[in-house]
Amino acid sequence: MREVDRRSKHTRRVFLKGAATTVPAVAVATSTGLAIADAWADDATTLTPATLKTLVKVARDIYPHDMLTDSYYITAVKPWDAKAAKDPAVKAMINDGVARLDQDARDRHKMAYADLPWETDRVALLQRIEQTDFFSKVRGDLIVSLYNQKEVWPKFGYEGSSAEHGGYITRGFADIDWLPKV
Amino acid sequence: MAKFDQNDSGVVVIIGSGAGGGTLGNELAQKGVKVVLLEAGARIENQDFVNDEWDSFTQLAWSDMRTTSGSWQVSKDFPNLPAWIVKAVGGSTTHWAGASLRFDVHEFKTKSTYGSVPGANLLDWPITLAEMEPWYAKAENKMGVTRTNGIPGLPGNNNYRVLEAGAKKLGYKAVHTGNMAINSEPRDGRGSCLQIGFCFQGCKSGAKWSTLYTEIPKGEATGKLEVRPSSQVLQIQHDDNGRVTGVLYADKDGKQQVQKARVVAVAGNSIESPRLLLNSASPKFPDGLANSSGMVGKNYMRHTTGSVYAMFPKPVNMYRGTTMAGIIRDESRLNPARGFVGGYEMETLSLGLPFLAAFLDPGAWGKDFTSALDLYENTAGMWIVGEDMPQEKNGVTLHKTEKDQFGLPIPNVHFDDHPNDIAMRSHAYKSGTAVYDAVGAVRVVETPPYPSTHNLGTNRMSENARDGVVNKHGQTHDIKNLFVSDGSQFTTGGAENPTLTIVTLAIRQADYIADQMAKKEI
Repeated sequence: MREVDRRSKHTRRVFLKGAATTVPAVAVATSTGLAIADAWADDATTLTPATLKTLVKVARDIYPHDMLTDSYYITAVKPWDAKAAKDPAVKAMINDGVARLDQDARDRHKMAYADLPWETDRVALLQRIEQTDFFSKVRGDLIVSLYNQKEVWPKFGYEGSSAEHGGYITRGFADIDWLPKV
Repeated sequence: MAKFDQNDSGVVVIIGSGAGGGTLGNELAQKGVKVVLLEAGARIENQDFVNDEWDSFTQLAWSDMRTTSGSWQVSKDFPNLPAWIVKAVGGSTTHWAGASLRFDVHEFKTKSTYGSVPGANLLDWPITLAEMEPWYAKAENKMGVTRTNGIPGLPGNNNYRVLEAGAKKLGYKAVHTGNMAINSEPRDGRGSCLQIGFCFQGCKSGAKWSTLYTEIPKGEATGKLEVRPSSQVLQIQHDDNGRVTGVLYADKDGKQQVQKARVVAVAGNSIESPRLLLNSASPKFPDGLANSSGMVGKNYMRHTTGSVYAMFPKPVNMYRGTTMAGIIRDESRLNPARGFVGGYEMETLSLGLPFLAAFLDPGAWGKDFTSALDLYENTAGMWIVGEDMPQEKNGVTLHKTEKDQFGLPIPNVHFDDHPNDIAMRSHAYKSGTAVYDAVGAVRVVETPPYPSTHNLGTNRMSENARDGVVNKHGQTHDIKNLFVSDGSQFTTGGAENPTLTIVTLAIRQADYIADQMAKKEI
């Protein structure tokens, strides 16, 4: 019995709730066909759109899932803007980290990190900064901010909270059908 | 409900409301003994538990600052989270998975059985399995353990079915859905398991035994048990004769209070219990209370653990249903030919996507890692629980500089794996992998230990006062009216999940305390 719907859901409610939701810009951007980077990063207050765009690429390169669109990575990294607004040290850490990555990318490949077409090349650059505070903070944050999005769970086949549905006692707790008979 | 005066020096003060403290509190109250149960955490009833791993962690986990040291991988992966235990009424019985296994006979006599193991501080328990058996029976009946007292086993979920099929192909014999303190049919006023999953996040249906909604309300109903939540004990006080007289605690508003006591029982789990004894040092007891042996905080054990997750071509949905109702017991037997002493259990375990991401391979990133997570719905998982070697250097000490919100030194938890632990873990990873390979796994991941859930041994039980902190009743060798009532009493750890043994010891201890009080010995 499968009740997971893997399709993304951007309901009308998401649009109406506007800034109160976590992903309104994303929802608008994806549904209107706007280039995501243009639409969602513009309402950032502290980090530049280019920096946020690079962070999204970094997030995908750290935890690459080809089945996830950018919207989930955007939701995961966008809170860094507010954190940077609150704390100059965070702002410096993010800006310096991204600048270092871009510098390394230009030195090696003559283009900015986010413009590098191959994941392998970008990952090689990330490996060089793996021990930095920037990398470990971004990665450590991402393990929660990406995988704790309830909208991400169905993509992996995870159904989340079950008590309100009465558990799985009648919903397939033992429905596996491919095992050899024992 | 009872309300005792803070100057009532006739009460038994119990510190901690989990498997040890919660059980002891009810057992004493049933015998008519006045009990004040001080719990550091809040009272959160089971309907308020949440089926959400991170939210639940925030709601229940003991997240006060702790530091770690040593070569164990937890110290690298989770430097400030040595243990995944609970700060709430019910303690870690809210979080535990329900596995309720008796120790094997030789596990009470490891020094005699294993002989000399270099670097290991092995010691025989001052009690035998034969002495424990009637008390184990009482605990199993109280907790409603499946496959005891005529209670049927739980039905196997998807994750169990994979484990079972692999185990049987390999020829393992002792394979079943466990001895679980989770109702497989209605019992003791609680319903049967709804296969919700989220056993670690607190059982919303109440099918899983927890002191929160069994022992504690039953004790309260006697009019002899008063529970004070959000009350963290800072110090145990004593008189000039070296008898404990009460405790200093911070109440829910952070105000310091003193509760007088005739007897004090410490049950704060194996990090906080020794920390409290050490933080209670005084001119009379400069090394901390009950520490003439120097063993308070030493011999910390955490079980040799690890997990094996396996990915298959087709869906498993391991997270559906009871988290740990599945076991292979064959490797828990004594068989030194494997290259190590002691044994280990293999038990089903599942994590939701958020926690599997955090724990599968902490710190890992990139496609190798994420391609494993991509197969989440096709994943099955097991946990390894094995006996680890007590080592004197492993333990809880007071941090030299860092203090908590009350100005008291925070605990540091030091742990180095013993070579025996490493050999056992390596063997267990191979066995676990073989189980899943036998039913067609396409990928197997050896997951390192999670922050410790089985914290043991830091106030060990010993025949001789020089070897340990408490006697066979959990009574401290040094102070007659001071007891230890949690897993820190364990002389050695056994291969089994410890809760049943903690509850058993608490029932037995209640009898002893009531008897000693009646005889005016304490």
